[in-house]
Amino acid sequence: MSSKSLISIRDFTKEEILHVLETAKEFEQNKEQKFLEGKVIASLFFEPSTRTRLSFETAINRLGAKVIGFSDATNTSQSKGETLKDTIKMVNNYVDMIVMRHPLEGSSRYASEVATVPVVNAGDGANQHPSQTLLDLYTILQTQGKLEGLTINMVGDLKYGRTTHSLLQAMSHFNPKFIFTAPDELKMPKEYKDFLDKRNIEYIETDSLDEYLNECDILYMTRVQQERFTDPMEYERVKDVYTLNASMLGNVRNNMKILHPLPRVTEIDQDVDDTPYAYYFKQAENGLYVRMAIISYLLGYR
Amino acid sequence: MTRKELVVSALENGTVLDHIPAENVYKALDLLNLKGIESQITIGINLTSKVHGRKGIIKIADKFFENEELNKLALIAPKATVNVIKDFKVVEKKTLVMPEQVTGIARCKNPKCVTNHQPIKTRFTTIENGNDISLRCHYCEKITAIKHIF
Repeated sequence: MSSKSLISIRDFTKEEILHVLETAKEFEQNKEQKFLEGKVIASLFFEPSTRTRLSFETAINRLGAKVIGFSDATNTSQSKGETLKDTIKMVNNYVDMIVMRHPLEGSSRYASEVATVPVVNAGDGANQHPSQTLLDLYTILQTQGKLEGLTINMVGDLKYGRTTHSLLQAMSHFNPKFIFTAPDELKMPKEYKDFLDKRNIEYIETDSLDEYLNECDILYMTRVQQERFTDPMEYERVKDVYTLNASMLGNVRNNMKILHPLPRVTEIDQDVDDTPYAYYFKQAENGLYVRMAIISYLLGYR
Repeated sequence: MTRKELVVSALENGTVLDHIPAENVYKALDLLNLKGIESQITIGINLTSKVHGRKGIIKIADKFFENEELNKLALIAPKATVNVIKDFKVVEKKTLVMPEQVTGIARCKNPKCVTNHQPIKTRFTTIENGNDISLRCHYCEKITAIKHIF
């Protein structure tokens, strides 16, 4: 590997994380910085995605670079049986960077070992989605003015939800306190609790959304993803387990903000959108600035 | 007077792997790639050990291992001892060192891991937590207990 890639949030040190957040802030203030004119970046989406792909491709365009790629693997030579290695080797010859999403876990790490240009993981199955984690951090910093010493309440599918796992790892640099709100079937896996224990980071587990709603700075809601369940009965039991609505927010902290990686279904009622606590749409917008910052950093421009 | 007798016959030249947990003897043969070699191999399973209860032992005639090869055994038999025998005498005792990386010998248990779908050599990092040994896949980052891998 001859260049710096971003595959897992663990690839970035605390300093690198803070640097990217700082750079994202500059991009938010000034979106027109076309210093990547003449560059070509591949956007390889072996699995469909709306938000992430559009946000990465907008970031590339705003930086002045050109995009090549595909948004679905069915029309590529992967469908003819070409190995991932060969596809990456070929694309690597044409571009200055590869952004990729793939349903197989570990595929981006592998691509970064095959490629000589930087690779950005835009999601590898249920494993990692580091640009989402960095935009979550950016949004937390933006709403709270700091990252140190915050209480984060993670709600919903904590078992399969990769965003909560990566956010937990990234926040561990900043002396957080966690509340894990989940039904028994979807509790935070032991390996992540061991990770926190090792670092003496405090956490509380509950299955009640009301219990700690008034004691957190960030309420991080997630969707219960149907595709993760093998037992449809189990999904039916837990799918609507938490629904946040505006009437529940009467006594929350003034600085409290609600984040959600989106898309949401029933877990946040529409009436929450108009409260001062809703921040998930702004969070999605932040993805653009953070992705501009990631691309510039990995290409050595910021 | 009790009769003292060797349960497994002595070796003239070769390697004795002792104190392997009885249930892991076959796994040890796999791990050290001993299936199909020409040398004479003597295996003892469920022998009584003063320290470990039931143990296993493997004696391989005329076979000497590189340390790196032997250390793989630590994954399933961390307390195993290795005696190198020449002319019926123990000429060297080796202690196993847990390998930090395990390359090419284990398959990842995650069905969605890229290594189970593309021709990729597997790579794991060893994680020791007291007596529990787990492997973290270099690619999909999943952590799996060693007993579920071998």
